[in-house]
Amino acid sequence: MDISIASILTLDGLTNGAIYALLGMGIVLVFTVTRVIFIPQGEFVAYGALTLAIFQTGKVPGTVWLLLILAAVAALMELVSTWRHRGRAAPALLAAARMFVLPAAVCAVSAWAAPRNLPLAVQAFLTLCIVTAFGPLVYRVAYQSLAGASSLVLLIVSVGVHFAMTGLGLLFFGAEGFRNPSFWDDRFAVGPLNVNGQAVIIFLASAALIVMLWLYFERTLYGKALRATAVNRLGARLMGISTQAAGQLTFAMAALIGALSGLLIGPTTTIFYDSGFLIGLKGFVAGVIGGLASYPGALLGALAVGVIESFGSFWASSFKEVIVFTIILPVLLWRSLTSAHSDEEH
Amino acid sequence: MEATLNPPAAKPPAKSRLRTWGPLALVAVLVALPLLPLPNFWIIQLNYIGIYTLPVLGLVLLTGVGGLTSFGQAAFVGIGAYTTAYLSVNFGLSPWLTLFVGLALTGLSAAIIGGITLRMSGHYLPLATIAWALALYYLMGNLEALGKYDGILGVKGLTLFGLEVGQQRVFYAVVWTFSLLACFAVIRLLDSRSGRAIRSLAGGSQMAEAMGVNTLRFKVGIFVLAALLASLSGWLFAHFQRTVNPSPFGLKMGIEYLFMAVLGGAAHVWGAIAGAGVVKLLEDQLQVLLPKLIGTSGSYELIVFGILIVLVLKYLPDGLWDFIDRRLPRPQRPVDWRDAPDLPARAKPAAGEVVLDVQAIRKTFGGLVAVNDISFQTRAGQVVGLIGPNGAGKSTTFNLVTGVLGLSGGAVRFRGEAIGGLSSRAIAERGVSRTFQHVKMVPDMTVLENVALGAHLRGRKGAIAAMLHTDRAEERELLREAERQLQRVGMGDWMHELAGNLAMGQQRLLEIARALCADPALLLLDEPAAGLRHKEKQALADVLRSLRASGMSILLVEHDMDLVMDICDHIVVMEFGTHLMEGTPAEVQQSPKVRAAYLGTEH
Repeated sequence: MDISIASILTLDGLTNGAIYALLGMGIVLVFTVTRVIFIPQGEFVAYGALTLAIFQTGKVPGTVWLLLILAAVAALMELVSTWRHRGRAAPALLAAARMFVLPAAVCAVSAWAAPRNLPLAVQAFLTLCIVTAFGPLVYRVAYQSLAGASSLVLLIVSVGVHFAMTGLGLLFFGAEGFRNPSFWDDRFAVGPLNVNGQAVIIFLASAALIVMLWLYFERTLYGKALRATAVNRLGARLMGISTQAAGQLTFAMAALIGALSGLLIGPTTTIFYDSGFLIGLKGFVAGVIGGLASYPGALLGALAVGVIESFGSFWASSFKEVIVFTIILPVLLWRSLTSAHSDEEH
Repeated sequence: MEATLNPPAAKPPAKSRLRTWGPLALVAVLVALPLLPLPNFWIIQLNYIGIYTLPVLGLVLLTGVGGLTSFGQAAFVGIGAYTTAYLSVNFGLSPWLTLFVGLALTGLSAAIIGGITLRMSGHYLPLATIAWALALYYLMGNLEALGKYDGILGVKGLTLFGLEVGQQRVFYAVVWTFSLLACFAVIRLLDSRSGRAIRSLAGGSQMAEAMGVNTLRFKVGIFVLAALLASLSGWLFAHFQRTVNPSPFGLKMGIEYLFMAVLGGAAHVWGAIAGAGVVKLLEDQLQVLLPKLIGTSGSYELIVFGILIVLVLKYLPDGLWDFIDRRLPRPQRPVDWRDAPDLPARAKPAAGEVVLDVQAIRKTFGGLVAVNDISFQTRAGQVVGLIGPNGAGKSTTFNLVTGVLGLSGGAVRFRGEAIGGLSSRAIAERGVSRTFQHVKMVPDMTVLENVALGAHLRGRKGAIAAMLHTDRAEERELLREAERQLQRVGMGDWMHELAGNLAMGQQRLLEIARALCADPALLLLDEPAAGLRHKEKQALADVLRSLRASGMSILLVEHDMDLVMDICDHIVVMEFGTHLMEGTPAEVQQSPKVRAAYLGTEH
């Protein structure tokens, strides 16, 4: 190996690492606010990439219909629970409508736009809207009524959601894989390196999102409210913070992060309906390196995972997954030796 | 208040026919099935169910009872399967030998993973097992020696005394012998000294550690045991299928095993068979039905499984077996321990000897000094009260003495030995026993079993003895001691009740009986009278007096002034973390400083 190969591998690793960083952030975000270990994060990646791919073919993506069905289920659940709680039809219908209208509007616009071959940026924007709308609905349907359960139960729910979303992905996208067109095809020579536009977009988008997340949690009242929910659900509720709204908002953000990652990774590799899982889990390894609590930790962990993966695939390509998923063990060992022993709440 | 005096209104039946004969009937049905003219297809289905039962049984122990989750069962099944396939195909070793090699390899890897992750909070184990399962899957799929994704072909079937076991009726006998033996072993394990320790794990480690249970050891232990059951399953699987490849050992199968446990009823041993059976049959049906319905092939059953997992957790969180279990009468444990010998007791301090010597202990949380140089002593045959307004630092002091919190400064000596900085388990071993301000017990164990947990350190027998039932003599001694301590606190008539059904006052008495079971020289009671009614308090005061008369040293944190003034020999008053005064009850009652601390001063 010479310096130029090493630098290519490093760049490649950092590019992938930036996407894992996004996913790692999403996982940390969801865990800190809702105590949900969000295994299905990766499914949003696949949904994002594949939705855009179907838009490119000029058809209506299956996610549009899936979104519509999910919105109907969520609206129905909202209707029943509000009716039971309040005993009157009017607020129940209102709550159901509130659940249904926005996703339905996104579906309508998407169905209208699909055959019109709009510019890539518009299609990408629609994709983000569709997949982001999944977030709150998934929370409402699968998690909301179990929000008080132990994080163990929530983890098993996550696994169930992952199964269902993977299977639905197969149903709505088919078993075929897609590779998206690049957002920016130009290439630049930086010293010995040949940086392509897609890598630049990935770095810029990841950095922008990380800064936005940081600003949101540090500088806005609602961001602080979300952090409060993470520390003490009951206390936050007594202070007038709706934990349900917090959960739905968090899941919307996680879905947005997933969709964006899907758009970014789509042009660099072929995505199948079940590819999201492995990509998401690498984000997980990053999140665990950050202790599921620290955003900078997750960022560094993600970049490390990306670089290790890219060097691993150079030296021992068939074992790169083995290497990536085995490094979690020494990391956990190090964490368990350094962190204080505390397991009263789980 | 009558509650403590009268026996429970509805006594549970002494025997339940269904519970006694149910498992035997299950065995009879399983023996009868292969003798009937059943098509081979169904025998093979039942063989699969038996093979799946083993790893699911491990999850019952781990998740349903111990409160830990693993997605790695399929990976451990894989280790067992690949070990026997590799060694028997390449070196011609006997499967009956490779079984043990597989068990050893599995046990070792489980011990390493468990040892690394189980020190940390509960969600790291499932995450580590996900990563482990993926790593192992790709390793199996890429190693040349293991045949890459094609796997190892031509694995031989089992032979038993020269007899070909085949894949049908004889194999059935082998599989179900192993599975049922494992079920009965786990049932026996759960009803033993180790079992009580395992059942106490799910409620958090603080109480179990205070009873002297090495929670980390037991957590690693059940993780390893679950992995060994999985490894056994893998060995059976390899010799049943006659070929191994990575796909049945992937993460998807690990999740499916967990689903089997959750659906069957993760807290019940028989739930393992129920879950394995229902999921296997459902999967077969769905794999035929769904592709027909949809028009193309693919693993669409994932959708149904995923939705089912969520629905089960929402509407049937205790699983299918719980449905049956709830309808069966709960029989009393037969009383067979009345003539068991006494447990050996430790040498007690002489009357008047200093038992606990607290010297200038200090605890700071950041800039807050919660306990500021507190000193006091307790002597054998003396009740010392620790009082003070809310937030005075009493509970923190308590936690410093019992080792729940570490000292920031000062020293604690127990019978002359420095115990500051020791773990709460090590402190319990030396003869300090405690109760909790917020009652901590195992609600689905009986009162007797909960109290017997207190005697954990006075027994020696482990999990293997429990499975072989060679622990029964010791078990009788422990249970006799538990009943004796329950009678001592006036709860003898309640021993067969589930602890979760008790009223608050009875729960507190249960905690005292449990603490006494440890044969302590020093008893620490954290607000034992909170939530008690008048007569219950009188009963408690009587219990404490009799304990004092027997030479026990008692440290009492309490808000009920009548009780404190009535039974304490010496009282230490704290305010804002500092030592306000100490003296006899009369001195404390007359102190203007104490009155000012509780009621405020006039300005």
